Amino acid sequence: MEFFHEPKIDWMGIKWYFIALSLALAAIGLISMAVKGGLAYGIDFRGGTVVNVKFSKAPNLDAIRSELDRQNLRGATIQRYGVPGDHEVIIGLDLKTTTSSEALDQGKRAIVTTLSGLFGQGQAGKLDFNNSSPQTVSDHLVAADPLGLSSQGFDTATKAYRDLADAVINFRNSAPRSGLISDFQELSSVPGVNAGVIATLRNDFYLSSFAVKNTQIVGPKVGKDLRRQAVYVTLAGLGAMLVYIWFRFELSYGVAAVVATFHDVTITLGFFSLLNKEISLTVIAALLTLVGYSMNDTIVVFDRIRENVRLNKRENFVDLINRSINQTLSRTILTSGLTFLAVLSLFLFGGEVIHGFSFALVVGVIIGTYSSIFIASPILVFFQKRLPGSAVVARPKSYAREAVPARR
Amino acid sequence: MKIKGRAIFIGIVMVVCLLGIIGFPKNFQELKDNVRSRIRMGLDLKGGTHLVLLVNVEDAVNITADQVLERVRDELKAKNIPYADVQKADDTQVQPPKHRVVVKGVPQEKAGDLQTLSSEQFSDWELSRMPGDATSWMLALKTTAAANTRNQALLQAMSTIRNRVDQLGVTEPTIAEYGQGDYELVVQLPGVDDPTRVKDIIQSTALLELKIVQDGPMSSRESALAAHGGVLPPDTQLLPGPTGQNGETWYLVNRVAAVTGRDLSGAEPSHDVNGRPSVNFTLARDGAARFGRVTGANVGKQLAIVLDNRVYDAPVIQSQISDRGEITGPFTPQKVQDLALVLRSGALPASIKYLSEEIVGPSLGADSIRHGVIACIVGFVAVMAFMLVYYRGAGINADLALILNLIILIAALGYFGAVLTLPGIAGVILTVGMGVDSNVLIFERIREELRLGKAVGAAVAGGFEHAFVTIIDTHVTTIVSAAILFTFGTGPIRGFAVTLTIGLLANLFTSVFVSRVIFDYVLSRREKGAELSI
Repeated sequence: MEFFHEPKIDWMGIKWYFIALSLALAAIGLISMAVKGGLAYGIDFRGGTVVNVKFSKAPNLDAIRSELDRQNLRGATIQRYGVPGDHEVIIGLDLKTTTSSEALDQGKRAIVTTLSGLFGQGQAGKLDFNNSSPQTVSDHLVAADPLGLSSQGFDTATKAYRDLADAVINFRNSAPRSGLISDFQELSSVPGVNAGVIATLRNDFYLSSFAVKNTQIVGPKVGKDLRRQAVYVTLAGLGAMLVYIWFRFELSYGVAAVVATFHDVTITLGFFSLLNKEISLTVIAALLTLVGYSMNDTIVVFDRIRENVRLNKRENFVDLINRSINQTLSRTILTSGLTFLAVLSLFLFGGEVIHGFSFALVVGVIIGTYSSIFIASPILVFFQKRLPGSAVVARPKSYAREAVPARR
Repeated sequence: MKIKGRAIFIGIVMVVCLLGIIGFPKNFQELKDNVRSRIRMGLDLKGGTHLVLLVNVEDAVNITADQVLERVRDELKAKNIPYADVQKADDTQVQPPKHRVVVKGVPQEKAGDLQTLSSEQFSDWELSRMPGDATSWMLALKTTAAANTRNQALLQAMSTIRNRVDQLGVTEPTIAEYGQGDYELVVQLPGVDDPTRVKDIIQSTALLELKIVQDGPMSSRESALAAHGGVLPPDTQLLPGPTGQNGETWYLVNRVAAVTGRDLSGAEPSHDVNGRPSVNFTLARDGAARFGRVTGANVGKQLAIVLDNRVYDAPVIQSQISDRGEITGPFTPQKVQDLALVLRSGALPASIKYLSEEIVGPSLGADSIRHGVIACIVGFVAVMAFMLVYYRGAGINADLALILNLIILIAALGYFGAVLTLPGIAGVILTVGMGVDSNVLIFERIREELRLGKAVGAAVAGGFEHAFVTIIDTHVTTIVSAAILFTFGTGPIRGFAVTLTIGLLANLFTSVFVSRVIFDYVLSRREKGAELSI
C-alpha cells in the first residue's frame, strides 16, 4: 500500500501562501490574547481555589451561588463540568478570596460547609459517608464490630476492618458510582459486607447527595514560580536543541528548526486563547510534547536536505529542498497521521481531566506537521543566505551564486 | 550464527523487563498485585494529597543569633575580658537579613584576647571593629554560616515532617525539596483525602521551651510594661499566658530557655493529678543536667512552660528537678495525643507556611485511569492495525518493536522507582509517536531503495543505514531537551522528561536493533528472488 508515488510538488513556489497563513494565524492568536488581556491560566498558574464536586442529580447552580454569596464567598465561579449525565460542577475562587486570610484552605472549607448545608440533610451526630475516608469508615467498623472479630485479637480485627473499609470505599469510588452512593444497600455486592455491616454504616453515617472529587488550592507564589519556570525551561530546551542542531548540521538549520517550533507553540497558544481554554500544568506537558514532536518532524526533513546537499553539491538549493520534502512526504504524512490517530483517541476517550492536554496535542500535531513542510524550509532558505558559517558561504564561488534562490 | 546471538540478547532483555513488571507470580491475583506495586501511579492518577510548603529558614538563623548572645557573655566572663555591654544589632530588616552582635566597652589592651576568643570559639562569626570607636567590636554571622544554618534547618524540617507523617501511619509519603534554593518542600500523601489533621500536625512548630519567670502573672501587656518603667529588663521578654476567668495573663520571662524541645528524650500522653489530660516528658542527659542546675538555682521562682511562644503553665519550682516534667493545659485527649507526637518527633527548626494544596479524590484518579487506559488502547490498536495494513509483513516487525518498546519503558520505570503521572503519560505518547516514526522512516527508506532497483538485502541494509542517521539526530535532539527539562524542571515537568528519555533510549534499541534482527531473520529464510513484504 502506498499513498504517494514520487510526488513532484514545488513547495517553495507556493511558500508565500503558507507564510501568509501562518502570519495570519499567529496574528489572530496574538490579537485574541491582547484583547483578552493575556492567556487564561489554570488554577495551578493563576493561584486560587478550585473544588470539583459531583452531585447525585443535576444541582441547582443558582441555589449554590446564592448560598455562597451568603457565606461571603462572592465572585465564586460555578461551572458545569464533563458530560451532563455526570452532574459535576467546578466551584472556583480567585486568589483574593484564597489569601485574604492566613489559612490557605479557608475558601475550600467554606465551600464544603455551604454544600453540606444545601445537600447534606445529615442527622446530628452522623458522618457523611460520601465524603468519608477509608480510615474513618474503618474506625467506626472497629468500634461497632459487626462481624464479631474482637475475639481474634485487636490487630487482626483492625486489619480486617481496614481491608473491608478499603473495599467499601473503592466500590463507592469506582464507576458507575464515581464517588457517590445513594443507598447503603448498594454496598451489599461488596465481598465481606453483610447486613450487620450495612446496619452499622447506616447507624453511624448518612448519605449526602454530593461528593468532593478534587480540590486544588494554589497560593500566589507557587503559581507565579510555576509559570516562570515553565517558560524558562521551555526556552532552555529550545536553546539546547538549537546548539545540538548547530553542531550536527549548521547554525541556519538550528535557527530555522527553532523558529518553526516557536511558530507552532505560538499558534497553538493562540488557539487556546481563541477558544477560551485554560493553560494548566498538563497543557504545558502537552506543549513540551508538541515541541519534541515538531522538532522531530523538522529534523527528518532537514536531514534529507543535508544528505542531498552532500550527494549533489551543484543542485539549486530551492530545487533540492523541494526534492527533499517530496522524498520525505510519504513518511511525514504517515507518521503525522498515525500520531494524530493516537492523540485523537486521547481527545475523544481520554475524559475531561486531560481534555486541555489532548486538545493541545491534537492542534499541535497538525500545526507541527504543517510547519515542518511549509514553514521550516522557507525559513532555512532565508537564514542559509544570511547566517555565517553556512554552506553557501563555505562553498566555491560559482556554487554560491547558484545556490542563492531566485525570488519568484 | 550471528542472528541467533542477537536474538538471544533480545530475548534476555525481554525476559528481564517482563520479570521487572510482573515478578514471579504464582497465581493471577499475585500477578495483579505485582503489576500494581511495580507501576507506581502519581497522585494525579491514584488520589491523595499534595502539599507545597515554605520553611521560614530565617527563624533558625535568628535562634542561632539569639543563642550566641548568651554564649558571648559567658565566654567574656570566663576569659576575664571586661565589657560594658553585649547587644544584638537590630538590622535584620535589611535584605538579605544580617545578624550582628555588638560588644561595647572592651579595653584596648584586651583586644588581642577578644580576637583570639572570637577565632577559637566563634568561627562562624566575623569580628571587626566598630567604626569610630576603639572599644567597640562587632560580630557578624558569616554568609556561609548563615547559608549553612538555613540548609540545616531545611533538612531538619524535612526529617521532622517525615517523622510526624510516618507516626500518623501514612503509607509511602513523599517529602522532597521543591524548586531550587527557595526552601520549599513538597509533601505527597497518597490516599489521604482529608488532610486537615495531618496539615495541623505537620505545621505545628511545637517549640517547647522551659523558661524562668521573672515577674507575673500580670493582667495585660501595658501593666507589665508599666511595672518595669516602660522598658523591659535586658534579656527578658513578655509572653502571653492562659486566659482564665480573670482575663488575660502575661509573664515576664528570661529570653534564653533553660531547656528546649531539643533536649527531650521522650513525650507521652498522660493525666495529671487532677485527671486532666497532660503530656509527660523526659529530658536527655545534657538537658537534664542543665535543667537541674537552673531549677536548683531558682527554687521558689516560677517556671514557665512555653509552647510556641505561649505560656501554658507556670508552676512554682518546689525543689530541684532534673529529668522529667509535665505539661498541662486546656487540652482535649486528641490534642494531647498530637502534642506528644509532635514533641517526640522533634521540633521544627523554623515555622512553616502552606503555599499550595491539592487533594485528588480517589474516584477522580480512578476515572482518569479508566479513560486514559481506554484511550491508550484504542490509539495503540489503531496505530498497530494501520501499520499492518500499510506495510503488511514489515508491519508485524514494527508492531513487535513498538510492544517491546513499551515493555522496556514500563519495566525501566519500575526499576527506577519512577512514578507515572499525567505528564509522564505525555512522555509515553511522544515516545510511541517517535517509535512509529522510526519504523516509518526505515520502511519508507527501504521502499525507496527498492524503487531504485536495489536487491532486497542491499535495500534493507541501505534503508537502515540512511534512516539511522536521521533517527539518531531526532532522538538525540529530543533527549538533549529532555535533559534540560529534567535538570531545571520540577515535579510534573521532570516526570515528562524521565519517561521521554527512557522511552527514546528504548526506542533506539527496538527500532534500530530489534527491527533489524527481525528483517535479517526474514531475509535469511526468504526464497531466492522472492519479494519483501513491505
